[in-house]
Amino acid sequence: MTVARHTWFMTVRQARNLMREPIWIVLLLVQPMVWLVLYGQLFRNVTRLGGFGTGSYITFLAPAIVVMNAFFGATWSGMAMINDLDHKVVERFLATPASRISIVLSQIVRSAFTAAIQAVVILLVSLALGVRVHTGALGWLVIIVAGILVNSAFAGISQAIALLTRREATMIAVANFIGLPLLFLSTTMIARPQMPGWMQTAARFNPVDWGVRAAREVVLPGTDWGSVAGHLGLLLALSALTAAWATRTFRAYQRSL
Amino acid sequence: MIIVEDLRKRYDGVQALDGVSFEVREGEVFGLLGPNGAGKSTTVRVLVTLTYADEGSASVAGHDVRREQNAVRRTIGYVPQDSGVDQFGTGRENLMLQGRVQGMHGRDLRTRADELLELVGIADAADRIVKNYSGGMRRRLDIALGLMHRPRVLFLDEPTTGLDPEARVAMWDEVSRLARAESLTILLTTHYLEEADQLTDRLAIVSRGKVVVEGTSADLKAGLRGDAVQVEIESGAVADAQRVLAGVGATPEQVLDDRIVVSRVENGGRALPGIISALEGAGIDVASVSVSRPSLDDVYLHFTGRDFGTEDRAA
Ligand SMILES: Nc1ncnc2c1ncn2[C@@H]1O[C@H](COP(=O)(O)OP(=O)(O)O)[C@@H](O)[C@H]1O
Ligand SMILES: [Mg+2]
Repeated sequence: MTVARHTWFMTVRQARNLMREPIWIVLLLVQPMVWLVLYGQLFRNVTRLGGFGTGSYITFLAPAIVVMNAFFGATWSGMAMINDLDHKVVERFLATPASRISIVLSQIVRSAFTAAIQAVVILLVSLALGVRVHTGALGWLVIIVAGILVNSAFAGISQAIALLTRREATMIAVANFIGLPLLFLSTTMIARPQMPGWMQTAARFNPVDWGVRAAREVVLPGTDWGSVAGHLGLLLALSALTAAWATRTFRAYQRSL
Repeated sequence: MIIVEDLRKRYDGVQALDGVSFEVREGEVFGLLGPNGAGKSTTVRVLVTLTYADEGSASVAGHDVRREQNAVRRTIGYVPQDSGVDQFGTGRENLMLQGRVQGMHGRDLRTRADELLELVGIADAADRIVKNYSGGMRRRLDIALGLMHRPRVLFLDEPTTGLDPEARVAMWDEVSRLARAESLTILLTTHYLEEADQLTDRLAIVSRGKVVVEGTSADLKAGLRGDAVQVEIESGAVADAQRVLAGVGATPEQVLDDRIVVSRVENGGRALPGIISALEGAGIDVASVSVSRPSLDDVYLHFTGRDFGTEDRAA
């Protein structure tokens, strides 16, 4: 109960701070659009290769862009924690009865919340570009949840790295190091049958791909709900795991004070 | 109100606390005075449950800082050396969040925030982003944050460091006023001798992780019995000078920089002519002489054998 309340208070603080930076809002909303439009145009004809399940590449791409964007956002989420550590905001909370878990959880929740807003915006723009979600409103919900779960799974990792290294430079290096490889080892931009065999195998273990598959499944006809539930379930489990890891590293940080 | 017994803490390679003991009584303003690196902040951080001591024990308002952490956290306000405010929030937002995590809500939360903004004199800036506050305003907000949940004990870690002298004196008045208005027990740390002198009811002098002496400023100074006479001479003549000084009833205490001999006499003004003529009679060139009533500087020198200013700058 206390955990939920304190997490809420702290999430509100972070979300509010984010909203105060107009530049951020613009970037947050424009960047996914750039992906959607650029990739959508660049690879427009790639569906001719077959295996995409649709002739419209933008339809194939849109749900994956939601997930990709949620993933990229998550890899940076530790920056806010480092800022709070540097400015001793965390220490001030530690001298109060504030819930320790909430200090970490609120960072993850704020990150996932941002991903959810971006998901809605991407979906609206996609709708304007002619993308139709085959399963309707429930499909929209699944796509947003996929974005939230991919984000929280990686936000947990990002928080843990932030707490372990406490250095922005390291954070940036890690974000760059895992960002593109995980993107290309997934079906974000290309249909599975068009990937080399080893990549198909690797993608199976890539949480980004779990999210992409769940989100795309509800957009295209012939939705396999078992696959949707399975992949979302995997992401939920992973999110719990990485959040637990982040909480552990927070305790290590406390011990180092 | 605060009982500290033989705290020891080691950071890799540094013995930050090497046996710190003192006691703070209810309702007093108590100072921890010491040069940079003496272990003041570490002591406070143990008391506010931010970190643990390796050995020793401490309690605040009857709660053990190790075993009853949440009870301690509810009882105390902590104003850290490095602020810790959310720079991107407004003063009021910072206060409200602080109150909320301390379990306050509703009307009480809002009126207390208003009351404190008024009390520390930043009501006009309450809804401005903290990033645009001046140093003094920010420090006032820090203090308001520490007071938000009406703690009984307030810890102020270097409340005036970084402020200009004028703002510092204003802050002294403020702290004294707050102590009375909120009937607080205050533990503050400082490396300014006058601050300890002016602001505290009692103080402990900390040096290299140890409390060297504890008492009121007046008692500590009176304990030195007499005035300090500093004689500056050539470095080769130190031993001779000490002998001559002892001969005229001035007790040599310390030698600074190898050429300033500090000794103590009952009455500096009366003893001075005798001291100078005795030194000159012995063929020692006197470059300068000064007499001072005992100050906390002298107390520090007396108990540690080291000069406060030199040690403070060295750290
Ligand atoms: N987190 C830390 N890690 C390593 N050394 C520390 C840490 N905190 C303090 N110290 C060392 O402990 C000693 C006491 O520091 P501190 O309590 O901050 O002194 P003060 O507040 O009196 O200036 C210093 O030598 C300082 O360098
Ligand atoms: Mg300090």
